[in-house]
Amino acid sequence: MSKPKFVYVTYIRATPEKVWEALTKANLTEKYWFGYRVSAEGKPGDYMTAVNPAGRQAHHDPILESDPPRRLVYAWKPLYKDLPQEPPSRVIFELEPAKGQTRLIVTHDEFSEGSKIFEMISKGWPAVLSSLKSFLETGRGLEPSWNEEETKRAVQA
Amino acid sequence: MIDTARFKPKTVYVIYIASTPEKVWQALTDSAFTRQYFFGFAVDAEPRVGGAFRLLAPDGRVHVRGKIVSWDPPRLFASTWLVEGMQGYGELPECLVGYEIERSGEAVKLTMTESHSWEVPEEILKGGQTGWPKILSGLKSVLETGKPVAMKMEGPPPDMTEAVKKALVEKPWL
Repeated sequence: MSKPKFVYVTYIRATPEKVWEALTKANLTEKYWFGYRVSAEGKPGDYMTAVNPAGRQAHHDPILESDPPRRLVYAWKPLYKDLPQEPPSRVIFELEPAKGQTRLIVTHDEFSEGSKIFEMISKGWPAVLSSLKSFLETGRGLEPSWNEEETKRAVQA
Repeated sequence: MIDTARFKPKTVYVIYIASTPEKVWQALTDSAFTRQYFFGFAVDAEPRVGGAFRLLAPDGRVHVRGKIVSWDPPRLFASTWLVEGMQGYGELPECLVGYEIERSGEAVKLTMTESHSWEVPEEILKGGQTGWPKILSGLKSVLETGKPVAMKMEGPPPDMTEAVKKALVEKPWL
């Protein structure tokens, strides 16, 4: 059995610089990432941090590569205690100009076989990246009712 | 009736759209609307199960021909696809393309599933995996911003053309 790997491609009517900014600045992510403040502005060796809408830390993961506005790689290990403890996985963002748009490829891999977190992110990324696209093209992200479980988890103190 | 059980899902793409199920349905089935995001192609669908499905290129040639398998507005739309507009592709077994439209809070969740009846090589699946994100990103943009998307369809990469040639010789579906 092969190890699970998630790939999602989306086209966004914005420059790679704008998409990069929206992926790495907490004051922008909170407008579309369902209230999460995600900061990933640092260099390799620094950390990607995410704080949920209740103010609780959800991520503190090393940034592995950062080449603005083209490529960003960080580790991924949610800090929620109710989740199964799994080794960190890896998220790769690739941004390419595509005729006035940006092609954004998100690859989430390095999961162990049978990973529960893989199932969660497979549902989560399409919602987050759809909301990112809406935010950059219309100024408004999508409503966070996309995943009740995640919403519940987000407001738990 | 078409036996859909023999088709297995190979490519699934999910996208959330700030819209209503009715508008998403129209965006998928109305030819004037599909031209705004589907590389200028027009969907021509007879509105009933068993009806004819065609995807017409901007010059009017038939690119895809098929039969409607599900027609349940504004929730389910599926048809078989025989890609006649590309050299050799029309001789491959038809595939099944289905759209499911669901409300998700204030948005709409659209799930596209491309299913096949045989062990399709990865190189051939690549075609859809390259095309669907462009098409469905465009659909979302048009519904949310009202502006058409000018994206062109790219020709098949050489390894895809090779894989089609090989499949037509070996006919692994027989």
